[in-house]
Amino acid sequence: MSRSKLLLTLLLAGTAFVSQAQTYGIGHAASERDLAAWNIDVDANGVGLPQGRGSVALGQTLYAQQCAACHGAHGEGKPADQLVGGQGTLSSSNPVKTIGSFWPYATTLFDFINRAMPYNAPQSLSADEVYSLSAYLLYLNGIVPADAVLDAKSLPAIRMPNRDGFVSDTRPDTSNIACRQNCLPTPAAHP
Amino acid sequence: MSRETKSEAGRRGFLRKGAGLGSAMLGAALGTNARAEPLQVAPWSKTPGEPALWHPYGQPSIFEKDVVRRSRGAAAMPGANSSMTPLQNLYGIITPSGLVFERHHAGIPQIDPQQHRLAVHGLVARPTIFTMDDLVRLPSVSRIHFLECSGNTGREWKGPGTASLQLSHGLLSCCEWTGVPLATVLEEVGIQPEGAWILAEGADSAAMSRSIPLSKALDDALLVYAQNGERLRPEHGYPLRLFLPGFEGNMSVKWLRRLKIGSAPFMTREETSKYTDSLPDGTARQFTFLMETKSVITFPAPDFRLKEKGFYEISGLAWTGRGRIKRVDVSIDGGRSWSVAQLQEPVLDRALTRFCLPWHWDGAATVLQSRAIDETGFVQPQARQLVDARGFESNYHFNAIQSWKVATDGVVTNVQV
Repeated sequence: MSRSKLLLTLLLAGTAFVSQAQTYGIGHAASERDLAAWNIDVDANGVGLPQGRGSVALGQTLYAQQCAACHGAHGEGKPADQLVGGQGTLSSSNPVKTIGSFWPYATTLFDFINRAMPYNAPQSLSADEVYSLSAYLLYLNGIVPADAVLDAKSLPAIRMPNRDGFVSDTRPDTSNIACRQNCLPTPAAHP
Repeated sequence: MSRETKSEAGRRGFLRKGAGLGSAMLGAALGTNARAEPLQVAPWSKTPGEPALWHPYGQPSIFEKDVVRRSRGAAAMPGANSSMTPLQNLYGIITPSGLVFERHHAGIPQIDPQQHRLAVHGLVARPTIFTMDDLVRLPSVSRIHFLECSGNTGREWKGPGTASLQLSHGLLSCCEWTGVPLATVLEEVGIQPEGAWILAEGADSAAMSRSIPLSKALDDALLVYAQNGERLRPEHGYPLRLFLPGFEGNMSVKWLRRLKIGSAPFMTREETSKYTDSLPDGTARQFTFLMETKSVITFPAPDFRLKEKGFYEISGLAWTGRGRIKRVDVSIDGGRSWSVAQLQEPVLDRALTRFCLPWHWDGAATVLQSRAIDETGFVQPQARQLVDARGFESNYHFNAIQSWKVATDGVVTNVQV
């Protein structure tokens, strides 16, 4: 073993001894406080929801100011996504996928508005404002009543209409055969 | 020249009409059958050319100015759009960085690498913040892999949907990616036993987020900072992106700022209301990660017109998220018979593979197709088989055999047979 390799081995062994499983000891220890500004995700159980609360009524006012220009006065969409309606269309030839018809978790609404909306000024809304907009959009979709007030406890308790509408990946779901000669033409997918 | 792109044909048409050089231009355009014209000494042979450092960062020839990414059209939000790779103009398997397709959800952030951070936390022993300098110090690997948007070819679900290879299949690129195996960083922070999923989040203003299975993260995921030998381009995630070989492109989160280890998927908007695949019964498949086996003929394609009959080399690309391409078959008679194409080296794991087949076009109308078979034996499906399995509303993951019709006038069109 060369002198440099020996030194390297001793160095790595020493590092491992000091920091247990760390091999390289690179990076900077971070506290919850260090991470707080980025630690914004909300999971399907509502873990991560902040303190605060919001009403349908306040959400209606905020929606008109912050959202209607892209999503339509009543969530009908254009130019951005349609947010309201479509329930009962998913198995039709023209499925309309909205918060009310398609989204499986109300918590995702808070997470997404909070991280990415409004498009021109994301992360500018307060927790109360995001709760309010979530409440108003759920109200427009007939999921909560007009007097609903949402917070970290009530939002995850909402059961979305399409909660059970998702299935796992079952591919491969085709089994083509590599015919080489005298292959029969397949019927067209679109007659 | 016996093959030309549509834009070249358009220029020639303009010149013919505008300058009255019709027969001369046409004669020059025809290669094999027309008699050669006497050689001339060109102006660029009679004077010294441009100096070194003409472009400190090299540029393509001005005669290649039409080889660019293109978009299907304007989007409601210009930053939430995609652009396609000009596959019809590329050779071999590597996509030049400036031609790699784009898909952004809220524009391209301009990130100062000195200020960029990667936070790794959640169910870990040591929550850690890494600087770019930290990450570049760690042992690196370089791997050649394709990247494909799950929406690639999505316009073909309901019949021929686009009039060009670039727009039908161009959400596809292949690069050499350099970075740190994600497993290395995860070992540094120490995953707790209940850790099973990782939230990957971008620093763009969409804070793009997807849940990644821990198994994939430990298997072959990369934290990528370089592409084709240089640091990432801004539109591809500079200074840091996730890269998941063989998985749908949006999961390889760009501008990566945070990894949070959890015990279950986080059910982000992008993995519930988007990037899920609707079925006829109204349910939707979720977490359809794998990009299945696929191929397409890149010449001839609708982006070209064949000027005359005679010899051509059919060329194309095949790829699979399952590993290596084993074989590609090509049909020059609309699927009645198939010949085994030659695979050009290298044939790499989850990379584009170039195939080719010599072809003598007799001038008759016909339909060209390619069919990829991967190392697991899976055969690229026909459109009909995909529709039978998933209906018409899946949007994503359309990997059917593509048919190009060659008409007697040499015009190539997108058809389904």
